[in-house]
Amino acid sequence: MRELTLAATVENIAAATAFVDEQLEALDCPMRAQMQIDVAIDELFGNIAHYAYAPGTGEATVRVGFDEAARLVSLTFIDSGVPYNPLEKEDPDVTLSAEERAVGGLGIFMVKKIMDGMAYERIDGRNVLTIQKRI
Amino acid sequence: MKINKTLNGSALTLAVEGRLDTTTAPELEQEIKALDGVETLTMDFAGLDYISSAGLRVLLSAQKQMSKRGGMKVVNVSELVMEVFEVTGFSDILTIE
Repeated sequence: MRELTLAATVENIAAATAFVDEQLEALDCPMRAQMQIDVAIDELFGNIAHYAYAPGTGEATVRVGFDEAARLVSLTFIDSGVPYNPLEKEDPDVTLSAEERAVGGLGIFMVKKIMDGMAYERIDGRNVLTIQKRI
Repeated sequence: MKINKTLNGSALTLAVEGRLDTTTAPELEQEIKALDGVETLTMDFAGLDYISSAGLRVLLSAQKQMSKRGGMKVVNVSELVMEVFEVTGFSDILTIE
């Protein structure tokens, strides 16, 4: 298990992604799963960067774990910003037309759909969000 | 991300290459804001590696803008990008060819 702690900024999404990708490549992760994981990082690290500490700033930690037997990658995102459980967020209505659609609210929903698992815990004043993907 | 623009009369093609995500979506948004005189818009995604919700937001606002004119279509969508369109219902909103 390895982790990286960065300032929670939009600019650092690229560094968080590079850190995870390097480990996925070492695991021979298929390109498709890697791209899906990269999308999830964009959504989740991006959410922390935009909302966790607004209007201030803070840090975010990305932790990568791998269960060899199950070929299951776990990514954990940790911040000490405002409590936010994305799993409590209601899913957007994806059947609405373009005119009726609100611009936004799709990120978390998409991550839920393209990952194999998602769990949230509030531990010692921190948001701990874990996603899992079988590779 | 790279955007190649081809204007043919009032028909504009935006070929997007790379990753359309939180970091790069604002660039495409700038292009979408400058559509004066464009009647039909084609988004060519042949070189698009992936799209996140930030990219979807830009596509949605482009779609809304172009629906008042000649319309917008999305072409050369990869399997991965198509999956994102499907789970988010964007496959019903967009004209994908």
